[in-house]
Amino acid sequence: MTVDLATLVAILSMAAATVLTRLSGLVLIRHVSLEGNRRKAIESIPPAVLMAVVAPTAFATGIAETLACAVTAFAALRLPMLVSVALGVASVAILRALGL
Amino acid sequence: MRAISPLIAAVIPIGLVFGAVAATKGLSPAEAGLMSALVFAGGSQFVAMDIWTHPASWTGVGFAALLVNIRHVLMSASLGTRMGSFSQPVRYLSMLFLADEIWAMAEFRAKVAKLTPAWFAGLVGPFYLAWVFSGFAGAALGAFLGDPVVLGLDFAFPAVFIVLVMGFWKGPETGAVLLASGGAAVVTQHFVPGVWYIAAGAIAGLAAAMLTGKARDVEVTP
Repeated sequence: MTVDLATLVAILSMAAATVLTRLSGLVLIRHVSLEGNRRKAIESIPPAVLMAVVAPTAFATGIAETLACAVTAFAALRLPMLVSVALGVASVAILRALGL
Repeated sequence: MRAISPLIAAVIPIGLVFGAVAATKGLSPAEAGLMSALVFAGGSQFVAMDIWTHPASWTGVGFAALLVNIRHVLMSASLGTRMGSFSQPVRYLSMLFLADEIWAMAEFRAKVAKLTPAWFAGLVGPFYLAWVFSGFAGAALGAFLGDPVVLGLDFAFPAVFIVLVMGFWKGPETGAVLLASGGAAVVTQHFVPGVWYIAAGAIAGLAAAMLTGKARDVEVTP
């Protein structure tokens, strides 16, 4: 249960960086108005960021990951979130066990 | 509670994995738990473990955290516009708990209902506690966990994100955004080390949205 001083400083530096990024968006919208096209652009951020996060996993990791992503995406069209996620995790585990 | 349960189910394995990785880097359970509590940003915590040295380099991990989480600026700007019923101090306090999953769920919720501080707290509270405790437990349990990759648990968050992406589908315009973002992210990740691919994908998706928006404006004007 020890906390090393250098580790603590590193953690605090990471915390400061994340607080900065989390709050600066709020500061930004107080000074810039978001209407019309800007509003539309802002609304495209959620899918764009999420896609950017998963794209390397989906298309550039391996066949097992690509197939499991496809399974998850199709499942998401019909099934609740938890079921789709569980199907995705199960299929990646099975496909990896098969050696893909 | 219905909204948060899949997130909790997905975050616990990831937290355990983070703790286990932290233990292999020589962090004590207290240090791993403290990092999860104060930083509360999984991506940057994993990246920090990737580049961890002894003694820890605060400039290195701090800058990495800034890069990984630069997307939070856009996310907080976007979510901030949905927080009409939050007082200014509550808005800032809430935003301290911004994480990908929280943000995605809140944006999703904002499409069907007005966001309230109580709903947001109900989302953030369990998620935060689950993240901190699973990080601590993962570091304490360490090697007992077995290989998370064999169990496919490392796939839990990509899977959550895919489900959320499908939920944002609004038609061909969304397709253009996803295509641009995904393509840019894959190419950038292939050629540029680090986490620039997230920024590249976000910018490409944004550009695609603006282009398709413009094209449609031209069509309607005679």
